[in-house]
Amino acid sequence: MKWFDYECPRTVEAAVGLLSAPGRKVRALAGGTDLLVQLRAGRREADLVVDIKEIGELNELRLDSSGLTIGAAVPCYRIYNDPAICRAYPGLIDAVSLIGGTQIQGRASLGGNLANAAPSADAVPILIALGAQCLIAGPGGPRSLPVEDFCVAPGRNALAPGELLVSIHLAPPLPGSGAAYLRFIPRNEMDIAVVGAGASVVLKGNVFAAARIALASVAPVPLFVADAGDSLIGKPVDEASINAAAEIARAAAKPITDMRGTAEYRRHLCGVMTRRAIARAIARGKETN
Amino acid sequence: MSAKAYSVIGTRPIRHDGADKVTGRALYGADFTAAGLLHGAIVRSPHAHARIKSIDTTRALAFPGVKAVVTSADFPETAERMVDLGEGDTPLSYARGNVLAIDKVLYRGHAVAAVAAASPHVAEEAAALIDVVYERLPCVLTAPEAMLESAPQLHDGKSNLASQFQHVLGDAAKGFAEADVVVEREFNTATVHQGYIEPHNATALWNNDGRVHVWCSTQGSFVVRDCTALILDIPVSRVKVTPMEIGGGFGGKIPVYLEPVAALLSKKSGRPVKIVMTRKDCFEATGPTPGSFMRVKIGATKDGRITAAQAYLAFEAGAYPGAMVGPAGMTVFAPYDIPNAVVDGFDVVVNKPSTAAYRAPGAPNAAFATESVIDELAQKLGIDPIEFRLKNAAKEGTRRVDGPKFRRIGCVEVLEAMKNHPHYSAPLGGPNRGRGVAVGFWFNVGLQSSATLNVNADGTVNLVEGSTDIGGTRTSIAMQAAEVLGIPVADVNPSVADTDSVGFTAVTGGSRTTFATGWAAYEAAQDVVRQMKQRAAKLWEVEAAAVSFDSGVFTSGGRKLTFKELADQLPATGGPVVGSATVNPRGVGGSFAGNIVDVEVDPETGKTTILRFTAVQDVGKAIHPSYVEGQMQGGSVQGIGWALNEEYFMGADGTMMNSSFLDYRMPTALDLPMIDTCIVEVANPGHPFGVRGVGEANIVPPTPAIANAIERATGVRMTRLPMSPPTVMEALWSAGN
Repeated sequence: MKWFDYECPRTVEAAVGLLSAPGRKVRALAGGTDLLVQLRAGRREADLVVDIKEIGELNELRLDSSGLTIGAAVPCYRIYNDPAICRAYPGLIDAVSLIGGTQIQGRASLGGNLANAAPSADAVPILIALGAQCLIAGPGGPRSLPVEDFCVAPGRNALAPGELLVSIHLAPPLPGSGAAYLRFIPRNEMDIAVVGAGASVVLKGNVFAAARIALASVAPVPLFVADAGDSLIGKPVDEASINAAAEIARAAAKPITDMRGTAEYRRHLCGVMTRRAIARAIARGKETN
Repeated sequence: MSAKAYSVIGTRPIRHDGADKVTGRALYGADFTAAGLLHGAIVRSPHAHARIKSIDTTRALAFPGVKAVVTSADFPETAERMVDLGEGDTPLSYARGNVLAIDKVLYRGHAVAAVAAASPHVAEEAAALIDVVYERLPCVLTAPEAMLESAPQLHDGKSNLASQFQHVLGDAAKGFAEADVVVEREFNTATVHQGYIEPHNATALWNNDGRVHVWCSTQGSFVVRDCTALILDIPVSRVKVTPMEIGGGFGGKIPVYLEPVAALLSKKSGRPVKIVMTRKDCFEATGPTPGSFMRVKIGATKDGRITAAQAYLAFEAGAYPGAMVGPAGMTVFAPYDIPNAVVDGFDVVVNKPSTAAYRAPGAPNAAFATESVIDELAQKLGIDPIEFRLKNAAKEGTRRVDGPKFRRIGCVEVLEAMKNHPHYSAPLGGPNRGRGVAVGFWFNVGLQSSATLNVNADGTVNLVEGSTDIGGTRTSIAMQAAEVLGIPVADVNPSVADTDSVGFTAVTGGSRTTFATGWAAYEAAQDVVRQMKQRAAKLWEVEAAAVSFDSGVFTSGGRKLTFKELADQLPATGGPVVGSATVNPRGVGGSFAGNIVDVEVDPETGKTTILRFTAVQDVGKAIHPSYVEGQMQGGSVQGIGWALNEEYFMGADGTMMNSSFLDYRMPTALDLPMIDTCIVEVANPGHPFGVRGVGEANIVPPTPAIANAIERATGVRMTRLPMSPPTVMEALWSAGN
């Protein structure tokens, strides 16, 4: 690992200023559970590391009538330790409670999981399924972006030079809504998703009023399969509807063969995991109906 | 069975190094520091097979903070000769070439050059400035491919088939003709790594007087001393090795990788140099265990008697000869009394890291093949798999296919314990579940050990020995001395000494330490007793022969002195008492282990969950039952890793794609049930306390036991390790599920 400079700004403006430094490789540091490992292994380089953990807005965790706001540096443990958030967004809790082990969860942030833009990121499919928005600050002022548009390539996100992910916002859960994230890993912990599936549904009686489905580890970026969710809308809550949606997800996946599984195996798992995630989302939706 | 009453043997005292280990004060190799310490970094080959055209160190040497650079050109000029590095004769150029490549690189990660600098970061940056020009060559990664005439040749002018052997017993053709049922299958196992938590490390100081001092993590300080001296062509008396605490070895910390390099860097820089591997280095450039291709054929009569067996074993040695195919040939049919058998073994070099020992090396591969075929035979014959094994079990007097006749062994007792264990008759309790069994054998070794006991005036003794403590051996050795001396084990203070301070002691490996170094401590204690009797005789003015010693008390006539009381009298009776002993024991007792395992296979994902696991092992005599159980559990867990997920996932260019613990998947606590243990004690008549080695046999049966359980759960027989979810899923698809 090469030497790098370190700054710890207290405001979004100061951070944006540092991130905009011309001609320097600048990296934002939250929990560091991805970045520090990548720097040590030589997979990323940095001249300047900007620690964003001391910025107020990035540590905000607020649940109110407008929904849930999660500052980009909020570590996973704060999210799953909040009983009100656990009740309102159990699908999100599925993801934040399985990123790494307990010690990692004390540092790793949801914002970092998103900004790292790994195709396998566990938090991203459920954020897409829940329709989350990214709030971004930058030299050109603030903007927002749907989560499904945030990752653009393996390890690359939509932030322009100088831009900073400030927070992630989720709308309040509707009655009859339920969501779930499931991943397949060969072990039971400490592993990277071979396939991950996030699903959210809104039930009206025995009919799907809305649904969104996204997958991890089966495309260059976390994959939003809009057609799979759309196929459920207006359909009865039964096995045939679920299987049809799972088949759409399976067909949409574009996995590669690598050490974590063959493309054929991963496509197969997309169907299995989507089906299981929808079933769990439905069970939760019925509880809130 | 071992029924003798002991006061210390068989109890469960806390370990002498416990406080240091739980407080973090124990010093490991990476903790070592010294004034003026430099840090080394190794330049490693990015190619699996290439000729080194040139190495230019100019830019690295000019980099600020760099103190020395070395390549294989810095080895002394020595004519080629055969050397013994503790595992048989090998050409000196091979021993050196694995430490720093000579002319060619033979695997990705092969060390090519090294840099010493003021900080690890500077060393790492400077290493990247060493310009190596390679001429890339095609690589070959599996034994069957490497044995083809068209295969790329690793060692110029030498066949990739480094050696082969054949064991013959009886007449296999006749035996197969007598069989009513014959099963023959082919098996493949992946290259797997020991996965010790602590990476390799070494610090060396080449002093101005020409003496070399090495501090490192090793299973054998004397092996490091001897190998370092051989590679550097200096007398062994000039090398002193101080073994630091070791964070796991499992056979992988016997060879030297860093020690001679650190020594050369120290010689050039005049300062101590420390090198610590990364996890990636450990995977790519130390010694994993061989991948293998095997074909096993076994025939039996309708009433369940095995008539003949045949095995073809082709093992990947990695870059240099020495795959552990020999031990595979010794263990492949060991649990059975087979009248007719043939075993062909092939040691094949491939462009992977040079393999090393790993816990019963070779035996888990061979057992996977044999025990799968045995299971299938039992199914075809309609005989219970334990009954079938019992019908054919090896006993005292059974001749192994490789020649030796068994002395008293516990194969039958292990099988009986499995049959009678409540696990074997418990209901499986759900769909997609299956129960498998298997047994395995490891012969264990003896080899040389030394121990010294210094009696203190307060009645305690200091035990000095040379066996790196793995699995609590300080305590299991001390317990054997305490038993003889009739004192509490807390009154024996063991320390693992450097190579200048204790007699020659072979590696902590081959399940030999509690057996052999324990025996040395036993003999040293007898020596103490002999001398103390003389002191008592002097005090009491009687002949030494008139003094008796029992349970820590010296008596003669009506007089008596406890060990402690007599210890206080030593200055007045002639001075200190030092007992010492060396052994090179023969009476090694092999160990059998067996598993009962329940699995559940998810038919939609191919993922296997271990629901229940029982490990049974004949240990001879359990000196410290908790540590014995720990060995049984540890071996079982490593075996489960081999079975389910561990493998070197190789790209076609010879790059290991998963050189981290994230993607090289060893089981975690969350992947395992409690491993139940069942100790069987069939005393080894060749050891004073009946000890057999216990460290290795336990890793042998898990892979076939799990394969057999998967077969019972799914109807599909797996013949490839690991039986990872995609592999099982593909097998289920092929079977039409």
